[in-house]
Amino acid sequence: MASDAEPLVLKSPTLRWIEHRLPIIGFGYQHLVAYQTPRNLNYWWNFGSLAGICLMIQIVTGIVLAMHYTPHVAHAFDSVEHIMRDVNWGWFLRYAHANGASMFFIVVYIHIFRGLYYGSYKPPRELLWMLGVVILLLMMATAFMGYVLPWGQMSFWGATVITNLFSAVPFFGEAIVTWLWGGFAVDNPTLNRFFSLHYLLPFVIVGVVFLHLVALHTHGSNNPVGIDLTKKDKIPFHPYYTIKDLFGLSVFFLFFGSFLFFAPNVLGHPDNYIPANPLVTPPHIVPEWYFLPFYAILRAITFDILFIPAKLGGVIAMFASIGVLFFLPWLDKSKVRSARFRPIYKIFFWLLVLDCFILGYVGANPPEGWLVPLGQVATFWYFAHFLIVLPLLSKLERPLPVPESLSTPVLGRGMAAAPAE
Amino acid sequence: MADTTAPVQTAEGGKRRDFLELVTWSTVAIGTAAMVWPLVHQMNPSADVLALASTEVDLSKIPEGSAIKVMWRGKPVFVRHRTAAEIAEAAAVPLSELRHPEPDSARVKKPEWLIMVGVCTHLGCIPLGTAAGEPKGEYGGWFCPCHGSHYDSSGRIRKGPAPLNLPIPDYTFLSDTLVRIG
Amino acid sequence: MGRTVRTLLGVLLLAGLGTGPALAAGEAEPPIVQSWPHQGVFGTFDRRALQRGFQVYKEVCSACHGTKYLAFRNLAALGFSEEEVKAIAAQYTVIDGPNDQGEMFERPARPSDRKPSPYPNEQAARAANNGAYPPDLSLIVKARAGGENYIYSFLVGYEEPPAGVTVPDGMYYNKYFPGHMVAMPPILQPDGVTYADGTKATVSQMARDVTQFLAWLAEPKMEERKSTGIKVMIFLVVLTALLYAYKRRIWADVH
Repeated sequence: MASDAEPLVLKSPTLRWIEHRLPIIGFGYQHLVAYQTPRNLNYWWNFGSLAGICLMIQIVTGIVLAMHYTPHVAHAFDSVEHIMRDVNWGWFLRYAHANGASMFFIVVYIHIFRGLYYGSYKPPRELLWMLGVVILLLMMATAFMGYVLPWGQMSFWGATVITNLFSAVPFFGEAIVTWLWGGFAVDNPTLNRFFSLHYLLPFVIVGVVFLHLVALHTHGSNNPVGIDLTKKDKIPFHPYYTIKDLFGLSVFFLFFGSFLFFAPNVLGHPDNYIPANPLVTPPHIVPEWYFLPFYAILRAITFDILFIPAKLGGVIAMFASIGVLFFLPWLDKSKVRSARFRPIYKIFFWLLVLDCFILGYVGANPPEGWLVPLGQVATFWYFAHFLIVLPLLSKLERPLPVPESLSTPVLGRGMAAAPAE
Repeated sequence: MADTTAPVQTAEGGKRRDFLELVTWSTVAIGTAAMVWPLVHQMNPSADVLALASTEVDLSKIPEGSAIKVMWRGKPVFVRHRTAAEIAEAAAVPLSELRHPEPDSARVKKPEWLIMVGVCTHLGCIPLGTAAGEPKGEYGGWFCPCHGSHYDSSGRIRKGPAPLNLPIPDYTFLSDTLVRIG
Repeated sequence: MGRTVRTLLGVLLLAGLGTGPALAAGEAEPPIVQSWPHQGVFGTFDRRALQRGFQVYKEVCSACHGTKYLAFRNLAALGFSEEEVKAIAAQYTVIDGPNDQGEMFERPARPSDRKPSPYPNEQAARAANNGAYPPDLSLIVKARAGGENYIYSFLVGYEEPPAGVTVPDGMYYNKYFPGHMVAMPPILQPDGVTYADGTKATVSQMARDVTQFLAWLAEPKMEERKSTGIKVMIFLVVLTALLYAYKRRIWADVH
């Protein structure tokens, strides 16, 4: 079995000269070539590097779109149509960027659920996980502001509704909202600052991604078995995972392309092809699909809780739904990482996945009839999973025997240590 | 059995791997190049910019001996109503004296109307000499203040760093007093 | 692997939900589902239908509805020659200027001009139409849930109101319009236009033609998008196969 990569030998004197003064070649070699990676990673581990590629696609297409876009209420919609109709390959770049945002969220959500399933947030990877949650928050802010830029009806009313969330803040609410808008409604100053921030935040994300990778490379990747691996169970990143990631990327592009080329507006909303009109609200305001579960949680709080009015309660619940992820490493104290050896946790994991889909469904539809209690139950379950189920499972669940290493069978069970998924 | 076939398989395997490797990486390279092209081409003029490629000029408002500037494709075009003296002067210059030899007759459709792109062929400044009172340079045409290029009454480069004569755009006379540039 | 497929299907399902509520909006009847030549992965526009649809738009709809993103040069994509495009443009007058006297002036349109709107602004449009605003049609097919099917259904959906429903003055009953009451009269009438190619101008024929024209206008790069997409997908299938083979080869000594 191949284990170690060849040590780096620079034959060229020029490269040696550079490396002596600025050791970037060695750095790249150490982290992209020789980097020791578990040999048993399954395809769910592809989604980390895939998310990095998505970020790059968004940045590159975004920069070129900004060359043609005009952040002014009188020209924004027109400039987007100009991109679609007259700019060379403009339709491709815009659809790649708009659908790319959805792809990015699909990839990142799978990446997150992979972390949940295999316990990748457990010691010593707590900060790695928390940095990931920061990236998710930044992505959400960026995506929200990006959706405002085309200045269609959904852009305008989405911006109005979401910025109005802050009016729920006691005492300072109105002042905060006026400050966010730079006026008394969502208008040109709002569009301008959203454009500026939409351009800035991706580079902040790049910075946090870098920290995420530093943390990752400190203790290495978790793996499907969830045990700490010794050197003999690791292989160099290149060529094994470079080629595997590249293959995954190609499959991902097939998926991405089927949207981009053949159904580019399926993930969008028809109302966003109507120019923004501050006098007419669309009949149903729905956020982009990737915000639907959070939107459902926001709307689930229809009642006052003690002294907290329902409106503020919804906002708190929505932010708490992500905030709770920061505490996950301390809510789940089970010593076993991988759900493979946690039969009860595995069931609750899939219940959480189902719960998120239910929240998404509730968020997509008007809050009427049985959807209201369904949304409330699903919201309760979401928080109960993290705040009640996980702490209890840490104490009550009896995990299956965990193998010592990838090659040793579990004693007494007579089964292979790492059955393929 | 295994002893005899194993080395052969390895040799074949190694060869196939090389070929597969070459084809795979070449395909990756082609795909990457194809993805880069839209990013590059989007900076070329868009369809609406290309469509705005013509402009019409009413000549009846330009008295003999004067000139105007009109915008065409974002650049100035000089339209000069030349006097008989200027025409004669331009026609009399021997081609051997010119850095960029062109007879005056090849630069005009009607001798009294000189129509050309008013952008210095050196580094893109706008030469003086169109409006009344501007310096016309040593050859009675145009003078570029940036680096001192002198153009004659046919817009040909006579002195200074510019390499070429002022370029002539495509234009057609729609009538005696109306010309369309582009 | 089965789990992967299930998850992807789930993601698709969730994605599909995003468009769900709009389809359910209003109490209007669901639009008639028709088959369109430009549908599907390989669908392309029917040029003759586009030209007929343009004629319907020009002679009927354009009296009230603008198409601000339609430049005359774009009509070349409908199969008109350069000369025909120039002739069509010349039928319209656009405002240009200012001239040397500092005044705006009118001149015949050129192919590079956009088609002038029937009204100078929304207020003028409302004033002329009893307070209702005829929307710009440039993006109408993409801006309505149901797309082509909705536009077609709307155009053929005028009928007598059911018993007990009173229609206010200046309004018309349309069974596909959300709320049913619409300020636009049933403007398509049999033989409302005379097609040059001899096609019989029934209401449904005209509705179908103009819908296809509007679909083109909403997404003029659709054919370029799909043909690029087919090439890209074929390329990616080959690339994926190569990468898979290469990946298996590299991993052979680990498994």
